[in-house]
Amino acid sequence: MLHGDTVHRIHWVLNTDRLLGVCHCGAEHESEDPVELWDWLLAHPDGHERPPAGGSPRPERQLAGV
Amino acid sequence: MTTFARNQWYVAAYGREIGRELFPRTILGEPIVFYRTEAGEAVALADRCVHRRYPLSESRLDGDRIVCGYHGFTYDQSGTCVSVPGQGRIPRTARVPSYPLVEQDSFVWVWIGDRDRADPALVPRAPWLDDPAYTTVSGMEPLAARYELLVDNLMDLSHETYLHGGYIGTPEVANTPITTEVDEENEIIYVSRHMADAECPSFYAKSTGIEGRITRWQDIEYHPPCLYLLHSRIAPVGVLPNDDGTDPDAFHVEVVYAITPETEHSTHDFWAVARDFALGDEEVSAFLAESNRTVVLQDVTALDILEKVVENERDGYQELSVNIDTGGLAARRFLKRMIERGERPAAEPAAAVRT
Ligand SMILES: [Zn+2]
Repeated sequence: MLHGDTVHRIHWVLNTDRLLGVCHCGAEHESEDPVELWDWLLAHPDGHERPPAGGSPRPERQLAGV
Repeated sequence: MTTFARNQWYVAAYGREIGRELFPRTILGEPIVFYRTEAGEAVALADRCVHRRYPLSESRLDGDRIVCGYHGFTYDQSGTCVSVPGQGRIPRTARVPSYPLVEQDSFVWVWIGDRDRADPALVPRAPWLDDPAYTTVSGMEPLAARYELLVDNLMDLSHETYLHGGYIGTPEVANTPITTEVDEENEIIYVSRHMADAECPSFYAKSTGIEGRITRWQDIEYHPPCLYLLHSRIAPVGVLPNDDGTDPDAFHVEVVYAITPETEHSTHDFWAVARDFALGDEEVSAFLAESNRTVVLQDVTALDILEKVVENERDGYQELSVNIDTGGLAARRFLKRMIERGERPAAEPAAAVRT
């Protein structure tokens, strides 16, 4: 278990083929492709705002109040 | 462009390999000669006489000095030439580079890079190898493959099921989900695979005496570029550590690898297995040493084949990465970053500074 301030975590979701990425900022993203998931994690903060329920994240529109 | 990460510490040898005989070993393409002074201090110098490049390792020790076996140029332990045959004046440039060196945890570490950037505090630790609470067996196998292939191999232990079936591999290894953690700032990769109910491979059944199924935890901790730790915990099914962190009913094995590039296409594959049970038991030691060496040689055989394939393939070959490669991808990224950082001159501030 790592405890640094900038730790990325990727969990292989039990009994599935999916990976769940958790950024050090708390944002999460699921993928079936580790390359795509790493691209997303390393793009922080791009696309890391928490989306409103049901909505897809559009960073430039969600800066306020999140 | 080089594929080596310079300005890093690398394991060059076990302390036991270095004595009063001159000992050659090439690290990151640099030929180095090692020896111990009469006081017991390990020394690492460039293995080429400044005069006509004769290997100093083919020479002889006179006290703490090396006398070149070709024309008798003589060097002290700092690499300074103190005697030139037939003349009193010693040219100002007559010195061979010496390498910063740290002896720790049974390893001899050398710094490959700019001398003044060597910080002994950055040598990563493997304390079990030199701890009386553990019994350790260890060795080193030469690998005719680039170090990146060994990093890939060790970062994904699901290959144990296929390449090492019957030794350390069982069906559960490849089929248990893993968690990968990557510390971007400190450049550490941690890969956990916790099997709650698994078959006990012979490697652990014979050494621990456990009969039946086990709880098997594998926690990889890679400190790129060189040091790889595998924290292995084996216990009867259902036996977990206590809340206070003590874990008296489990068996712990610390498997340590040091991945040291020799050349662009060959690697020193150091391996060690430290255990906290059957302490001093020669039979268990012999079994674990033989088993682990067998496993390492299975990897060596496979990676030597793979090296030939990679050398002969066309540029830009596209590999396919799947879930098990999550940690390996992070390792490649750190190594790439370290290679780039190692090439930069000292004056330029590094992008990622270790804290
Ligand atoms: Zn983020």
